[in-house]
Amino acid sequence: MKSYIVNRILSAIPLLLMISFLCFVFINMIPSDPAEVALRVRQTPVITEEAILQVREELGLNDPYLVRYLRWVGDCLKLDFGVSYTNPSRTVLGEISRCFPATFVLAMSSLVIVIVLSLPIGFFCAVYKDSLFDRIVRGIVFMTTAMPAYWVGLLLIWLISIKWDLLPTSGSGTIKHLILPSLTVALTYISTYIRLIRNNMLENMKEDYVLYANVRGLKQSTILVRHILKNSLHTCIVAIGMSVPQLMAGTIVVENVFAWPGLGKLCIASIFNRDYPVIQTYVLLIGTLFVVFNLLFDIIQSIADPRLRREVS
Amino acid sequence: MEPVLEVKNLVVGHCRKKQIQPIIKGIDFKVFPGQCLGILGESGSGKSMSLKAVMGLLGADFSVTGEAFFGGENLIGKTKEQLRQIRGKRVAMILQNPMTCFDPLYRIEDQLSETYREHTDLGRKEIYEKSLAVLIAMQIKNPEEVVKKYPHQLSGGMLQRIMIGLSMSMEPDLLIADEPTTAIDAITQFEIMKEFIRIKKESNTAMIFISHDLAVISAISDEVLVLNKGKMADQGSFRQIYEQPKDPYTRLLVEKKKSVMDQYHRVLGRKGVMSQ
Repeated sequence: MKSYIVNRILSAIPLLLMISFLCFVFINMIPSDPAEVALRVRQTPVITEEAILQVREELGLNDPYLVRYLRWVGDCLKLDFGVSYTNPSRTVLGEISRCFPATFVLAMSSLVIVIVLSLPIGFFCAVYKDSLFDRIVRGIVFMTTAMPAYWVGLLLIWLISIKWDLLPTSGSGTIKHLILPSLTVALTYISTYIRLIRNNMLENMKEDYVLYANVRGLKQSTILVRHILKNSLHTCIVAIGMSVPQLMAGTIVVENVFAWPGLGKLCIASIFNRDYPVIQTYVLLIGTLFVVFNLLFDIIQSIADPRLRREVS
Repeated sequence: MEPVLEVKNLVVGHCRKKQIQPIIKGIDFKVFPGQCLGILGESGSGKSMSLKAVMGLLGADFSVTGEAFFGGENLIGKTKEQLRQIRGKRVAMILQNPMTCFDPLYRIEDQLSETYREHTDLGRKEIYEKSLAVLIAMQIKNPEEVVKKYPHQLSGGMLQRIMIGLSMSMEPDLLIADEPTTAIDAITQFEIMKEFIRIKKESNTAMIFISHDLAVISAISDEVLVLNKGKMADQGSFRQIYEQPKDPYTRLLVEKKKSVMDQYHRVLGRKGVMSQ
């Protein structure tokens, strides 16, 4: 068991290096000169050739690709992600850690909404398959899957904030501000998970162990909760784990709709300002989150599932 | 003698889009205490479907009509809850794939004890002792270790024996074995059959043995019912249907088996492997 965990952690290292390399290459493929961008956002009145050369030297853009990559990776390992081009007085780490909590809160509250709603709804849809309830839910799920989050966000603002004046349209600070954005983020995931849990349960109902549990005369509630639900959740664990980084990355549009001061908003602002270090770090962060959560939930599943558990004999 | 289970004119249909497609078209049989009824037929002939129908194990999309008297009560038309209380306690059933019949996430101990909790008032400690006794009765070594194992850590034969042991520990009036030897290898099959023959000798439980294997049926059955496409093709003692099959379908089955055995004997160059 221990060696399995160690192996999995070690195997994540080349993956992380690959992500960092791709991230570096792609950002550097953006067709505009970072030095020029830096000068422009610092509001230099006249951009001369000399100034550009000087900034290039200053930002270390003249070195070969690989040298710059290695230097960047080395700095990243020391948690030094450089300085924002837009605002040289701010470090990228400072910017990211300033925005991270807001996104984290948004993602977590969305996750809670997703789990609280999709688990019971999916469960009852499977138990009462093809009933009126199931058919209505399936219709709603079908619709919400097709609705893009930014559009739902705008609709919610229009209906709840403007027409009924119940919740603030944008901003952050109180629980009231949190409701609309997290609901918007959660909506797409709720439909995915209702479907996932429902289908997983229906699959499990066909298994022999359910027939045998019936043969043994167990109560229907015992079979549904103790056996079918537990088995279905086991297959959902990884999917739910992976949705944490997905939620963090997925807030990008919703944050901009609701003016939520999180990572997504920072990222969009940086893209408009061509603030390369911030974009690069954001992409790296999200990539790393995916790898880390994948790793984490693989390990959790291998501990939770007796079939994957390797016993030390 | 009173039969334990008497099925009369059992008809099972599958409902789809308001049309009922018949699957079992009227079968009758009786099982007496201490006796074994073998139900023979190929895949899809409705062997196990007919007993699942009697036990209320079919989904809501099946319609079941007819009569099935068990201890003086008609099982067909009983509520799900009434049937559930009979299942596992008064009627035990053994299924085909022991490897997939246990929930992979629970230890053997948990699955045995949940069954006992459902049907008896035993305490935790008594249940544990009873679980160990089941394994010991089925000649499983190191029962204390085995009950702590998960299903995937045990062999098919072992799980099959646990299933049989659990069924018999409930002292049921009727034991239904639904192709219990199909999914396991030949040597284990032999062991499992010995177990069934022992049960038949030692207890007074009525037994219904479903199989597509003539040899297996011959080893245990007093009476044989041959099913073909949901209809009764033949009924009688094993010798009767083996030597003078009335129905053309039974004749075909027996001839096929005989020719296979002849070839087998020719290849091996000796006789009398199949006991009758």
